[in-house]
Amino acid sequence: MSSEAAAHPKGLAHHFETFEQQKESSFLGMWLFICQEVMFFGGAFAAYVNYRVMYPDAMIAGSQQLNVTIGAANTLVLLCSSFTMVYAVWAAQSGTTKWGWSNGRHIVLGLVGTLFFGSIFLIVKYFEYGEKFAHHLVPGHGFVPPVTSIDNPAATEIFFSLYFGMTGLHALHMVVGMAIMLVMIPLALKGKWDRNNHNFVEGFGLYWHFVDIVWIFLFPFLYLIGESVQKFT
Amino acid sequence: MSTTNQIQNPDGSPEPEFPKEHYLNASHGLKSWLLTTDHKRICILYLVSISFFFALGGIYAGLIRLELVTPAGDLFQPDTYNRVFTMHAILMIFFFLIPSIPATLGNFLIPLMIGAKDVAFPKLNLASWYMYVIGASLTLFALVTGGVDTGWTFYTPFSTTYSNTFVTTVAIGIFINGFSSIFTGVNFLVTIHRMRAPGMTWFRLPLFIWSHYATSLIMVLGTPVIAITLLLVGFERMFGFGFFDPALGGDPVLFQHLFWFYSHPAVYIMILPSMGVISEIIAAFTRKAIFGYKFVAFSSMGIAIIGFLVWGHHLFLSSQSVWAGLIFSFLTMLVAVPSAVKVFNWSATLYKGSIDYTTPMFYALGFLGLFTIGGLTGLMLGTLGLDIHMHDTYFVVAHFHYIMVGGAIMGYLGGVHFYWPKITGRLARGFWPHMSALLIFVGFNLTFFPQFILGYLGMPRRYHAYPDEFQVLHVLSTAGATVLALGYMLPGFYLLWSLKYGKVAGNNPWKAAGLEWTTTSPPSLHNFESMPVVDFEPYEFYPPQYDSAEAAEPVTGAEPAPSTT
Ligand SMILES: [Cu+2]
Repeated sequence: MSSEAAAHPKGLAHHFETFEQQKESSFLGMWLFICQEVMFFGGAFAAYVNYRVMYPDAMIAGSQQLNVTIGAANTLVLLCSSFTMVYAVWAAQSGTTKWGWSNGRHIVLGLVGTLFFGSIFLIVKYFEYGEKFAHHLVPGHGFVPPVTSIDNPAATEIFFSLYFGMTGLHALHMVVGMAIMLVMIPLALKGKWDRNNHNFVEGFGLYWHFVDIVWIFLFPFLYLIGESVQKFT
Repeated sequence: MSTTNQIQNPDGSPEPEFPKEHYLNASHGLKSWLLTTDHKRICILYLVSISFFFALGGIYAGLIRLELVTPAGDLFQPDTYNRVFTMHAILMIFFFLIPSIPATLGNFLIPLMIGAKDVAFPKLNLASWYMYVIGASLTLFALVTGGVDTGWTFYTPFSTTYSNTFVTTVAIGIFINGFSSIFTGVNFLVTIHRMRAPGMTWFRLPLFIWSHYATSLIMVLGTPVIAITLLLVGFERMFGFGFFDPALGGDPVLFQHLFWFYSHPAVYIMILPSMGVISEIIAAFTRKAIFGYKFVAFSSMGIAIIGFLVWGHHLFLSSQSVWAGLIFSFLTMLVAVPSAVKVFNWSATLYKGSIDYTTPMFYALGFLGLFTIGGLTGLMLGTLGLDIHMHDTYFVVAHFHYIMVGGAIMGYLGGVHFYWPKITGRLARGFWPHMSALLIFVGFNLTFFPQFILGYLGMPRRYHAYPDEFQVLHVLSTAGATVLALGYMLPGFYLLWSLKYGKVAGNNPWKAAGLEWTTTSPPSLHNFESMPVVDFEPYEFYPPQYDSAEAAEPVTGAEPAPSTT
């Protein structure tokens, strides 16, 4: 093939023939990685469903210990972080240079926004966790059931095991994402990504949105089952 | 150019020459190996590491068989025996069998078979090896400091609450090793989707590729479930979260569901790649296209998909409802259908084929018989009534060894022998390779067939002492294990010997069909001199390129192509 004799274009890995092939490969790989993540969290959700059915009262009682307002506010914060992530991806796709900024600076603007909202989310989570410690609601560390009037008060400890396990894994995914963004920022400023070559930014965007979606499921499953049951009974 | 492009011809054409430039001498030094992103070198890295763990797991197997020679528990304390069989299983399953064919032959051959320069994500490929090494090292660390005694199944609440061994360390080791599986799976799926050469349509793919596609699906969708399961066990041990311990309100059966949701399909991670290898070997040495190519291809997918729905057959005696048991039993029967399709189609391929009795073919024929026995006894265990009698006995042990050793390892060794000339450029043929296949077949049957009888008579698994009447069968089994060990050690000697003294293989020593045989052995750094164009069907023997007057012309790249760097 004649293209092989020509120098391989910059930004195209040696084993790919075209930019299109490289792009499709990178997205397919990212989606498969997300499928893998779905199965990972899926296992935890399966455990949740199991105990939701086994101990309905205790799960509701546990859920009522969570602060819905804080949870809802934090959901909003996370959605804002998705919005800024979309800005970073859009900037890379469009190659925008408005306001006299380089394209890399626009990408960084989006990333910094995402880091900002992500940090707020984690800080709020930190205080939420701290409050659980203060109220002896941490499983395995002197847990005291918050209510005694239900069938199986000790099972509220399972609710909090799930709460800490699942929100902890979610937070860990955010921390990993934020660490990756810290690496991305200097690279973006150096102009690593441009209009033709920004698969990494788009792939990372997919990851961040996925982590948001996990929270979109965690929020009702953990925070809202108490509220809704209160209203209907 | 040298004459290395010539297809070796037993009728007196010139001896092939060893190619001057190939992936093994493309760069030098330890660093060039530890930082390589070449799929062929990563195959070698994996080959060396998994051989080590195979040997280590084998030593543990030997210790088990040694203890069981006598009815009394005289070699080990019960606690020690628990650790020995646990470490045997963990090393063999997670650090040998699961990576075995995909990480070595799969890595080496998938790009070659589809006409690509590399897998889609070469760096991820290297990362997968490092994940394997880190996970394996952690497990080794746990092993030397005391081991684990839970059995490889980590059943709760024993593993979460009562076991005083290194459960968390090993769980983390297996968790990290899981990344290696997932990375490999993602890589293969994307490579097969996006990296095929022009003309390489889905139904021109070798069946090896189809079986690896199915395997990769399981790796990507199943591995994360065992990851979260072991993580929950870890949380319970480290922080006292009560997920599985009934004393804390947890549900130990939930663990079994989650564990087997991965661990049943994991058996298909081990056996499907072997099935792919068997298809290649049988086609090459019957000189026929595999009978019912599409059926064999789709049966791999069928096994992968239905395989996700049968995990409950491990819970017939774990408080699962009878209705659930019935459904899981039915689905277990169903998953046998695609496996049977394969066995029938291979047999039909053998029928009236011009069979060449080479070492890989011996392994493949051994696979056919042993896998069939393993599969049929699996059906017996999948029936609700019989399973109550045979659950947790040596019948189960014999059954899964027929699948995982008689099936998966036979396929792996057959594949290693078949592709050895491609990987190293040297031939390892003759008396000793034949001998290894024979010893393994005989030794294997002698080891594990008595265990079917033992189990049927009621010998439970995981016991280090047993009643006197079982001794004859146990001694037979141990004798078989000795022969088996000899058979497994042989290839280690003659394969290494062949690296220096083996005859030069040439491009296609077996006269097999497929793109991988059109390039040099060992292949050059970028696999093909120029992008191959596929205009032939899978297993098309004697295509015009091979037997025309210009037989010396390679299928592709007749013109010396310019360097691809
Ligand atoms: Cu099973």
